[in-house]
Amino acid sequence: MRPTWRQLAGHGVLFAAILLLPLVISDFRASQFAYVGVFAIALIGLSILTGYTGQISLGHGGFMAIGAYVTAILSVNYGVYDLLTVPLGGIAAGIVGFLFGFPALRLAGVYLALATFALAVIVPSLATALGDRTGGTAGILLELPTSPIGALSPDKWLYYVTWAIAIVLFAAATIFVRGRRGRALRAVRENEIAAVSAGVSLTRYKTLAFGVSAFYAGVAGSLYAILNFIVAPGTFPITLSILLLAGLVVGGAASFVGVLAGAAFVQFVPLYAGDVVGRLTGIGDRIGLPGGGFDPTTPGVPSVVYGVILLAVLWLAPRGAAGLAQRLGRILRIS
Amino acid sequence: MSEFLQQLVFGLAIGGVYGSLALALVLIYRTTRVVNFAQGEMAMFTTFIAWSLIENHGFSFWPAFFVTLGIAFLLGVGVERLVIRNFEHSSHLTVILVTIALFVIFNGAAGWIWSPEQRAFLGPFSAAPFDVGGVAIARQDVGVIAVTLLTVALLWAFFRFTKLGLAMRAAAVGPEPSRLLGVRVGWMFAMGWGFAAVLGAVSGMMVAPIVFLSPTMMQAALIYAFAAAVLGGIESPLGAVLGGLLLGVGTTLLGAYVDVVTPELELPIAFVVLVLVLLFRPAGLLGRVVVRRV
Repeated sequence: MRPTWRQLAGHGVLFAAILLLPLVISDFRASQFAYVGVFAIALIGLSILTGYTGQISLGHGGFMAIGAYVTAILSVNYGVYDLLTVPLGGIAAGIVGFLFGFPALRLAGVYLALATFALAVIVPSLATALGDRTGGTAGILLELPTSPIGALSPDKWLYYVTWAIAIVLFAAATIFVRGRRGRALRAVRENEIAAVSAGVSLTRYKTLAFGVSAFYAGVAGSLYAILNFIVAPGTFPITLSILLLAGLVVGGAASFVGVLAGAAFVQFVPLYAGDVVGRLTGIGDRIGLPGGGFDPTTPGVPSVVYGVILLAVLWLAPRGAAGLAQRLGRILRIS
Repeated sequence: MSEFLQQLVFGLAIGGVYGSLALALVLIYRTTRVVNFAQGEMAMFTTFIAWSLIENHGFSFWPAFFVTLGIAFLLGVGVERLVIRNFEHSSHLTVILVTIALFVIFNGAAGWIWSPEQRAFLGPFSAAPFDVGGVAIARQDVGVIAVTLLTVALLWAFFRFTKLGLAMRAAAVGPEPSRLLGVRVGWMFAMGWGFAAVLGAVSGMMVAPIVFLSPTMMQAALIYAFAAAVLGGIESPLGAVLGGLLLGVGTTLLGAYVDVVTPELELPIAFVVLVLVLLFRPAGLLGRVVVRRV
């Protein structure tokens, strides 16, 4: 499908907002939004695999870890300029993903979920075990990020770098899933037998989707390493892979708005789940509800809130934020 | 040799715990086609209830054990009725995420109610070992094996010999025809979740004396149980128990006798073996292969 003028205009507005946002926010916020960009890149990759070919991955945190370690080792041990290692991190993860696609060919459903889950478990453990290369449990400390442009703080510089890469990779993904190839990928998802009968090679498209998707996750991991300037096995816990999948479902269909919503969910909801309770109890205290003086920083409370928010989103917006946006659009007659 | 036997018995005990949690996963998968990621956290939560009954309400172990099983059953039924039911027609991916949300909620709630620190959980079995032909075998390990196997056997008998068990199996195999024959399919599903929660509670109360009680205590066990269920074939109850025992014994012996295998490598090695097994038997050891030619 060719994009309509209205869609192009919508994206133009979004990109302008991304470009102008750092002018009005603090460095701290800019760095938080840079992480949103990182997760957006990982989610674009995940949506190619899970959204288009229907293969579940619980292991994208593992691919991100591969990219991050490539960046950390090359920039610290070999003195390569950190941003130059980003494509290499992507390629390394992409190769692993492509190769992983072959055994994955034989597995479907729960079995594939387990195999990818294994990846999320194995990569951090391997990083711990290969201590002399990867720094073991302590990990690798990267140099603090610097900005080559005097007028930009390092945080804002990385914000622009991350988002520029995210937008380029989003455009690349749109081209990748357009036309014959996109139809083939979707055919694999809908009905493998029909796809093969129509001449679509399962091996080719499934491994390709795995490779491309892992490349995106690897790029995201490399950028994560630079932003976080420390890479350790604990940086990429199993929960990260699960959060990414949650972000994908929350975001919904493979649109840029969906990806943005999903990435914001991955970054902000765990961070601010505790605050939500704080605000609510604040209001409750003011109007004199019982249970006053409740401490929202009690351990466990943010998790409960996070879980409830996730359930509520799944319940209220079964097709994700993108579906919700479409529905709103239909109501307001703008899309 | 005697050390080998001790390790073997310990492996079987741990394997029994993995196996009963794996069986819980299989039970839910067979009834509602859901992989319940929250199974381990529900088990942990009910184990905390048992702990609270013992510490705060003056119960001794066995009464607390059976009261907890009852509570676990209600919890499982409640989760299915109140949450899972609402997502009956949602996509696979959505349902997986729903169980992940439940995972996060139960984990957080346990930390909230009982605080996240580690606690000692005294089991019913004394530390004094048995003497079997000159080999000292831990009473605790034998007790865990006995309890888990007994639970599995009881559950099997329930499904095999009772009318309710038959109705539950019928509801899982053919919901529509069962409904026509007067089986209340929705409630059968809910009871499947209830029994799974009971199995989880057994595994939690058996493993807590070994690993200490804390909100994270079942997370590794869940990964192993998931692996055990898939290894055995996700639809095979016998396969799940066998898979659990194999994994328990395998990782224990690897850790004890192969020097390169440090504790952090046990899980990855278990997974590599597992993925290799799946490559040759994509439906698990005892799974039914769905014939599909492409």
